[in-house]
Amino acid sequence: MDLDQQLNVVKIGTESVSDGSLSRRTFLKVTAAAGGGLLLSFILPRTIWSKEAAGARAADMFAPNAFIRIGRDGLVTLIMPYVEMGQGTYTSIPMLIAEELEVDLTHVTLEAAPPDERRYANSIFQIQATGGSTSVRAAWEPLRLAGATARTMLVSAAAQTWKVDPTACHAEKGEVIHATSGRRLKYGALVDTVAKLPIPDHVALKAPEDFTLIGTSAKRLDTPDKVNGKAQFSIDVMIPGMKIATVAACPVFGGRLAGVDDGKAKRISGVHQVVLLDNAVAVIADHMWAAKQGLAALDIQWDEGLNATLSSAEIIRQLETALLKPGVIARKDGDVAKAMAGAAMKIEALYQMPFLAHATMEPWSCTVHVRKDGCDVWVGSQVLARAQATVAEVTGLPLEKILVHNQLLGGGFGRRLEVDFITQAVQIAKQVDGPVKVVWTREEDIQHDIYRPYYYDRMVAGLDKGGMPVAWSHRSAGSSIYARWHPPAFKDGLDPDVLEGAAEPPPPYALPNMLVEYVRQEPPGIPTGFWRGVGPTHNVFVVESFIDELATAAKKDPVEYRRALLGASPRAKAVLELAAEKAGWGQPLPAGRGRGVSVQFVFGSYVAQVAEVQVDKNGEVRVTRVVCAVDCGVVVNPDTVKAQMEGGIMFGLAAALFSEITVKNGRVEQSNFNDYRMLRMNEAPAIEVYLVKSGEAPGGIGEPGTSALAPALTNAIFAATGTRIRKLPVNRVELRSAKL
Amino acid sequence: MIARDEASVWRRQPDGEETDMLTLNINGKDCEVNVPEDMPLLWVLRDVLGMTGTKFGCGIAQCGVCTVHVDGQPIRSCIMPVVAVRGKKIMTIEAVGQTPTGANVQKAWLDLEVVQCGYCQSGQIMCAAALLAATPHPNDADIDAAMAGTICRCGTYTRIRAAIKRATQPS
Amino acid sequence: MKRSGYTNLFVLLMAIIIGDVNGCIFHPHGPMDFAGGTQVVLADYQGSDPTGAPPEVAGAGLVARGEYLARAADCIGCHTTPLGKQFAGGLAFKLPVGTLYSTNITPDKETGIGEWTDNEFVTAMHDGVGRNGTRLYPAFPYSAYTLLTRNDVLAIKAYLFSLKPVHAMPPENDMSFPFNQRYLMRFWNALYNPAQRYQPNIDRAPTWNRGAYLTEALGHCGECHTPRTLLQGLDANKKFEGAMIEGWKAYNMTSDQRSGIGNWSDEQLENYLSTGHAEGRSTAAGPMSLVLNNSLRFLTKDDIRAMAEYLKTVPPLHNQADLAVAQKRVSATPSEARARSPRGPSPNDEDLGLRVFEGACASCHDWDGSGVHSPYADLTGNRTVNDPSGVNMTQVILQGASLQTRQGEMFMPAFGTGYSNTEISAVVNYVTGLFGVSPSTMTPDQVAEQRKKK
Ligand code: FES
Ligand code: FES
Repeated sequence: MDLDQQLNVVKIGTESVSDGSLSRRTFLKVTAAAGGGLLLSFILPRTIWSKEAAGARAADMFAPNAFIRIGRDGLVTLIMPYVEMGQGTYTSIPMLIAEELEVDLTHVTLEAAPPDERRYANSIFQIQATGGSTSVRAAWEPLRLAGATARTMLVSAAAQTWKVDPTACHAEKGEVIHATSGRRLKYGALVDTVAKLPIPDHVALKAPEDFTLIGTSAKRLDTPDKVNGKAQFSIDVMIPGMKIATVAACPVFGGRLAGVDDGKAKRISGVHQVVLLDNAVAVIADHMWAAKQGLAALDIQWDEGLNATLSSAEIIRQLETALLKPGVIARKDGDVAKAMAGAAMKIEALYQMPFLAHATMEPWSCTVHVRKDGCDVWVGSQVLARAQATVAEVTGLPLEKILVHNQLLGGGFGRRLEVDFITQAVQIAKQVDGPVKVVWTREEDIQHDIYRPYYYDRMVAGLDKGGMPVAWSHRSAGSSIYARWHPPAFKDGLDPDVLEGAAEPPPPYALPNMLVEYVRQEPPGIPTGFWRGVGPTHNVFVVESFIDELATAAKKDPVEYRRALLGASPRAKAVLELAAEKAGWGQPLPAGRGRGVSVQFVFGSYVAQVAEVQVDKNGEVRVTRVVCAVDCGVVVNPDTVKAQMEGGIMFGLAAALFSEITVKNGRVEQSNFNDYRMLRMNEAPAIEVYLVKSGEAPGGIGEPGTSALAPALTNAIFAATGTRIRKLPVNRVELRSAKL
Repeated sequence: MIARDEASVWRRQPDGEETDMLTLNINGKDCEVNVPEDMPLLWVLRDVLGMTGTKFGCGIAQCGVCTVHVDGQPIRSCIMPVVAVRGKKIMTIEAVGQTPTGANVQKAWLDLEVVQCGYCQSGQIMCAAALLAATPHPNDADIDAAMAGTICRCGTYTRIRAAIKRATQPS
Repeated sequence: MKRSGYTNLFVLLMAIIIGDVNGCIFHPHGPMDFAGGTQVVLADYQGSDPTGAPPEVAGAGLVARGEYLARAADCIGCHTTPLGKQFAGGLAFKLPVGTLYSTNITPDKETGIGEWTDNEFVTAMHDGVGRNGTRLYPAFPYSAYTLLTRNDVLAIKAYLFSLKPVHAMPPENDMSFPFNQRYLMRFWNALYNPAQRYQPNIDRAPTWNRGAYLTEALGHCGECHTPRTLLQGLDANKKFEGAMIEGWKAYNMTSDQRSGIGNWSDEQLENYLSTGHAEGRSTAAGPMSLVLNNSLRFLTKDDIRAMAEYLKTVPPLHNQADLAVAQKRVSATPSEARARSPRGPSPNDEDLGLRVFEGACASCHDWDGSGVHSPYADLTGNRTVNDPSGVNMTQVILQGASLQTRQGEMFMPAFGTGYSNTEISAVVNYVTGLFGVSPSTMTPDQVAEQRKKK
């Protein structure tokens, strides 16, 4: 009955997320499902970001958050807390179950778990989040284990029925088969029996070489409805009697609403109501058109508050100053000062990365129906429990009266880890009779995002006579997202995100004397949040640019230089070599063209990219090709890994080439895709993705494609022009003056 | 009449003097709407008729996710006043699969697993279907010309290009 | 700063001594003198009164009449900043000789004109002399407003005094020496302010006279469309020939057939003046779109017609920079359009202009330039597209455009922030080449210059 030992036995891979904590309390329960069939309740780690969560897990309580239901029809339903936002979770996760349970992938349906604190989570462990490239990593072990447990029990139920030895039976395609007699029983016929059986002592996970599904490019389950208009995103929700609202918040960060003249707006046909919030106005109408027109017709007075004169220049100046003081030490290996003193050469560089908006293709939208006795919310969120909590707070209703219906996400990229929008939508809905769908315009989305922080970094390295680094000092200034988003994770001046890829894990290179410091400097007024690639997108750009600078100083080839430093990291070296080889590294290129490389180990995956660029005499940059080599451990769905790399590369490229949020008079200056520019198809490079076969535990795939791109790009620009890009986005005016 | 047409039943018709009864031909069927003439087609489709397959992304003709066909031409419904399409044949993502080209495109999209979050894909497919209807064997430059106006934030561009090429092959 | 100040002073003095080479000190042209015939004082005029508000609002009371006239005079355009309160002033005018800020003309007693008497207001409007005798700079077009009747001026005042007072002090003017010496305006006035009321022309139709009053006295069209002399006065010899304003070309609007409006049908001209768009001719953008939004679109049909009638009589003028306009629709498919793509300025990226166009422009303007969603986006025959200098095209791409019409707002987004100088020059040259008579040769540096002019 106790799975503890078994769990340790089946634990595979070195990147295990369970930390052994799974073994200290009950993992899984089997009961009869309501309405017949079998229900397995178990625990799925909802994030592997927060270390303190492990402590909560270790507590002796069973609070399942994921369920597998096998019906009498043999169909398998998986109810789980991860959400689908294009990353293929709704396919990869069922693959894990289907593999161990021996059912066809098409027989597994996935349902998003509603956030129900009583059933799905305990009060200590509140982060129900999808993000940080964690879903498959976190689910890899428990899901397979749950599937294997169910399979084992189904087999023993059949064996009992036939009165044969379970070891003579096996499961295959939704049936248990007794090979010698040729007898077969479908799962559906066994589930009611299984529900009464005790959980077995021993469960054997399939050996990787026996996988028939994991590692194949199984077809995505969520896509057919996404090519015919049927898929329903948050913005598509239609509730009978629903009104549509759009909203304008104070354009200045932290400003408040001082007054509104809504006379003209109310005369617009289709406009019903103008709702005032502390810092925003919403127009409630029959349709978005009337709402938009109503908003435009309002005469709004804002109290702009303290940030009315805030500008990007001021924020950058503050970061610059912050960078002058020593920071909190995030990593200290050896003696940097001494090594620096003895170095033959000292290299120093400053790097800057801008504020960025997420610009998910689907603008924020949330439908809310507040009633006296309850509240329904339809939204696409990466953090359902938080969504529910904020609704409870705003409405004053108890959690169990709040139903959050999660919808498909039209892109997340970290934006939907925030609930600011849900809070606002509920504040509006509280003043509206009946359901209301609040839809943000793109302008509102760009100007009221929670932005990727501005980072300012200072790098210093000492090189020996051979040009190899003997001292490495990295000081980073910027805001801590965790300190706001999940304060317990911000401890002793550090959080797990801010220096991922710089300190923990460190760069994959042999850097004997190393000091990594962090200076927390929050921009006044501007909220900052997670953005695809999170901490590593910042750190990998800085580290990989600087490594390239060291190679240049050492007069070494960038690939050779990195290779020489990767002796202790064979997986990193392997992806580097693979990418270099496939990209034709070293082969001559015409003038104005160049290749650049980057290597990283973040999110549990090793990625190397080689970008090839063409820079013309006017400084215009075209990225013609990106070659990407990935070792993300066991690959669940290779096609999904490739798709995520492709998407991540495009996302990173748009940002590195074009994106920058700037602030003037306390307002964001960009507003829509005309001035917050996206990458378009005719600007997209050819992308090749190569996967390294690996038996290691799976690593993340959603973010690493993005974090690896920027340095590969800027290193390629350096190769093509001799101009080192230390500030993103790439300044093409500056490149224009470079001599080519 | 049209997909999810129940939705239009509950939707209160806006009143006011500048509204007018307009007859629209959507996906081969006539339907009447009572909306202001300058209301963009996008919101008529989505908010009045409940046809939410056509998406909103920017409202300024810069992203293409709201693309529908009007007399076979791809247009951005977010800035197309509804009065301008009166009497014309409007086709949306909900029905494009009923045309041979549209069906080919959808199939190619699934074969090559183009879709990620899927939000932009209605627009991508409508643009691709219009391209292939006009230019059955497009080269890369034709594809750029037809598709560069439609943004995919998930970065599915390489696959879109490949899928368009695949859709030109007889299945 | 200092040296240029002295240079300016020198120029100014020389100009005064030798007489403005282009203008005439002693016999200034009246703005309607080109028409010949006999001008009489208003009291002696027998035709219907060309001044005042039109019959539609004549009975609506003083404030309503004043509102109409204030709109026709576009007061709001100069006395409102983009983020500021209406009529509260503060809009900056960057002149070669310094920066001026428009004043607060709300009835606020401290910062606005709340304490002004009728006579003080009239003196400002007619003579360019403010309260306490301070000389106003002619960025305030009193040399046009001087033509207004006292009644009309007082109607405007009544309207302004009906507004909510806004307490807002505009920034101090920042003019370099000698232009900060306001008394020098006395000389300027002698040269350029006719300082007389509108005089109808008895040899012209009453509608023409009404058009003249609207165009010259209220609309002050010449302020933008007539080139200036060295002393920044309007050059009477080049009336409506076209001039530069804030980095935009105010086009030739004489009756010249090739480069003016001589070939425009009455309907086109009236449509342009009332909606900002004339099919096959032009769509207003830049400063002109503001004139449309704030002023012209509120005028009655008859008033628009009268203006058109008057404009058509302005003698043709053209200079070497004038435009020929291609009228034909170009090829329709992307492939054809691409085949005749003009090549861009980026040395090894000839397709840059094409790429920008297909990404950001084609979805609205379409490959044949027909404007998919709105006639306002039609590029065929458009002046901006046919102007080989590419100046207005560059500006409209940098800043976008917005017109308020009866069909709602017609707009083009601004692309200045998202695109580089090279990209913008490439797409300007591409579009002028594809849809105009001859491609422009805009360079990235020129785009950089254009950016500074806002
Ligand atoms: S929503 Fe119409 S183009 Fe973006
Ligand atoms: S698939 Fe997500 S935006 Fe295109």
